Amino acid sequence: MSIWEYANPTKFMRTTEGLLPWLVGSAVLCSVGGVFWGFLTPEDFRQGSTVKIVFLHVPAAMMAINIWVMMLVASLIWIIRRHHVSALAAKAAAPIGAIMTLIALATGAIWGQPMWGTWWEWDPRLTSFLILFLFYVGYIALWAAVEDPDSAADLTGVLCLVGSVFALLSRYAVLFWNQGLHQGASLSVQSGERMSSVYRYPLYLAMLGFFLLFLALLLIRTRTEIRRRRLAALQAREMRA
Amino acid sequence: MMQLGDYAGTVLAAYGVSLVLIAGLVWHTVAANARARRALQEHERNG
Repeated sequence: MSIWEYANPTKFMRTTEGLLPWLVGSAVLCSVGGVFWGFLTPEDFRQGSTVKIVFLHVPAAMMAINIWVMMLVASLIWIIRRHHVSALAAKAAAPIGAIMTLIALATGAIWGQPMWGTWWEWDPRLTSFLILFLFYVGYIALWAAVEDPDSAADLTGVLCLVGSVFALLSRYAVLFWNQGLHQGASLSVQSGERMSSVYRYPLYLAMLGFFLLFLALLLIRTRTEIRRRRLAALQAREMRA
Repeated sequence: MMQLGDYAGTVLAAYGVSLVLIAGLVWHTVAANARARRALQEHERNG
């Protein structure tokens, strides 16, 4: 069996139908569980109760970057192998990524006001995240603006390649520039433990929950796109007949 | 009752905004999926 079998829309629809209830269930369980557990954690000695925002901010920021990377991989598969499901999956992922970026920006601003004394700072990571959000909006707008779906997939694929620079920049901006306000990674394998286990375990669960939530929403949205594409193809065939 | 201290407004605002955005995304996803399924079923039924 090859992974490319799932590029067949019928096979994709059949497989995901059985998978979705389990995925939705575990996504709800982990995301609600992780965020609620995070909400119940004690106050931090420096940040007070604002530390609870990390359980939304970090998973959302992680997904904002990784969803763009997923879109990049799907776009490359479309450009190289011309599998329609991969182009539709990239299209389906974009609004989820845009909302995750917006959550990261909004929760960051709300946390920044009492902690940094400002809602916004033109810090490298904040700025690259704002640009990433604008790329998401542009990507969605480009899909909507181009009528021919194959041309739209080509053009958005190129946009995705260009936007990947900012996705990477968002991830590594704090390492490139030292003058920013934003701190380094909250969780890091190399630098050992930076965060108490009281916060770390609920954060892991929330991150897993956001990832599963993305997967569930992605599958539902891709199925929607496949149905829309099939309907358009049927209507076009009737028009020709 | 949970104590959020001086930052209750900040924490609740962050959770509120995130909840609204995620709920909106889920609602949009489910509604669009139901619309697409209905439209395709109707089209296939009518011939």
